[in-house]
Amino acid sequence: MSIVNEIIANYNYWITIFLMLSGLYIVVAKSNMIKTLLGLAVFQTSVYLLYLSPGKILGGTPPILEKGIEVYSNPLPHVLILTAIVVGVATLALGLALVVRINEAYGTIEEDEITAIVDREDHAE
Amino acid sequence: MSAEPLLLQDHLPALQVVVPLLGSVVVALLRQGPAAWVVTLVCAWSMPLIAFALLDQVMTNGTISYALGGWPREVSIEYRIDQANAFLLVLVSIMAALVTTYMPRSIADEIAPERQGWYYCMYLLCLCGLLGMAITGDAFNIFVFMEVSSLSMYGLIAMGRDRRAMVSAYQYLVLGTLGATFYVIGVGLLFTMTGTLNLYDMAGKLEAVENTRPLIAALAFIGVGIGLKLALFPLHLWLPNAYAFAPSAATAFIASTATKVAVYILLRIVFSVYGVNIAFGDTPAAAALLALAIMAMIAPSVVAIYQANVKRMLAYSSVAQIGYIMLGIALVSQTGLTGGISHLFNHALIKASLFLAVGCMVYSTGITRIEQMAGIGRTMPATMGAFVLAGLGLIGVPGTAGFVSKWFLITGAVEQGLWWLAAVIVFSSVLAMIYVGRVVEVAWFREPSGAAVSPRKPPLEMVVVTWVLALAVVYFGFDTDISAGVAGDAASLLLAGYR
Repeated sequence: MSIVNEIIANYNYWITIFLMLSGLYIVVAKSNMIKTLLGLAVFQTSVYLLYLSPGKILGGTPPILEKGIEVYSNPLPHVLILTAIVVGVATLALGLALVVRINEAYGTIEEDEITAIVDREDHAE
Repeated sequence: MSAEPLLLQDHLPALQVVVPLLGSVVVALLRQGPAAWVVTLVCAWSMPLIAFALLDQVMTNGTISYALGGWPREVSIEYRIDQANAFLLVLVSIMAALVTTYMPRSIADEIAPERQGWYYCMYLLCLCGLLGMAITGDAFNIFVFMEVSSLSMYGLIAMGRDRRAMVSAYQYLVLGTLGATFYVIGVGLLFTMTGTLNLYDMAGKLEAVENTRPLIAALAFIGVGIGLKLALFPLHLWLPNAYAFAPSAATAFIASTATKVAVYILLRIVFSVYGVNIAFGDTPAAAALLALAIMAMIAPSVVAIYQANVKRMLAYSSVAQIGYIMLGIALVSQTGLTGGISHLFNHALIKASLFLAVGCMVYSTGITRIEQMAGIGRTMPATMGAFVLAGLGLIGVPGTAGFVSKWFLITGAVEQGLWWLAAVIVFSSVLAMIYVGRVVEVAWFREPSGAAVSPRKPPLEMVVVTWVLALAVVYFGFDTDISAGVAGDAASLLLAGYR
């Protein structure tokens, strides 16, 4: 039973790992470019959790300077993840913009179809 | 509060990053191609001035620690400059200055007028990100600058005139983001174990948690993440098409700087933070790196021989050359690391010169396929002469920069009794001789035909910059004080670690 207890006690890490692997799986398995980018977003989001959950202390308050507040959560991970979220949004926006342009140029967003076209162009060059 | 006088030389570390950042904003507001280029040129040429001043300060006064905003190191982002990254700052900023001088007419030729302003904007942002990665001493700040440079690089690549450029930019975006996220996972684990993001403080606290699993996992995550960024074989899949379809000048800049800065980050984390004992004593990292480096020296070289597109051929050759740099790291010795770092410097010169020569050819004729290059050496002797000179450096002919670094690598391998490794290096050089020789044979020993018969004259500044770099390849083959000497200092500094 101890292993079950350990899994339940660290459930936040298991959620992180699950999100991480499912994001990575979507990136690898999907040919649709938008789905790939969404997988990438899920993968990045799992990292937010990886940073945030160790920073939270059970019973701790937000880190505010006031008398009587002794146990508080670490504010640094939150600040870092705010930055990481901005980076993630920028990446996703740029990726989607590229997919729009690729769709205009190729008429499809399926990566295997585009790869086939690119291969043909490589040989016809 | 006493107001201290604001001295310019005290704030050079911040200026190194802030100038291109502000420049990119100005360029974005200007939009007009020529005006944007002038701003870019001013920013780009101020970079080597700052970088040399910093190198000078480091040489005379030792390591510079610059606290951003004047906050104490523990609670702020520290810029930490020692001989290793001062050397890298000089390399990146000189490359940026030279390529900026080279590019206006090449860019005007390859990119639509309304987009040229945005090109220069992203070019400066990319420069800002690369310099930021090199200068900062904060693990998370490295990630932020890495993404600044990478996102602008995706934009630069997508601006290539071929529609395949967008697909390669997309593929680079997916793999590059995976790499950066792997890096952040590694940093997150290190942060949980040590409670700091400052690389210097982190190094001091690592010994207390040595032999814990998160530490090794963090090393693996960072290794894979940076491996993707620096195109370590077999994580190089994004690189060939990205280099082949990006605008010529952008390719030359990215090829000579981006992967090099990623190598530096790997060196910094592995040697300075982890230290040789933990990184190579507790893990089989050296053996794994050695195996990958050997594969990288052979496999992409063979692939390069069969490429039809000259830019893609040079791109595969870049993957092979990164194998040499990794080999220097995997040897974990003073000589080996000196070889790796000096090859990082020399390869930047060589590859920039080759890509710039190809850029001249693309400008004059529009040719990118090797078979169409028949006789182009006779109609464009100046451009192809530089190509041959830099090509000799790529092969590692004695008297060129490439020879010096390969010599260090071979010496490093022999020192450890790895004679067969010397043979592998020579074999990989023979492969380089075949793929460079193939281009030289087509370009010089065949009758001109097609577009190669009457090329338009390449602009003077393009030819001059190409030749400056090609002559530098020869110069650093004879004068080894600067490249190998500084590389040796950087190597001993890195091997000593932060502790």
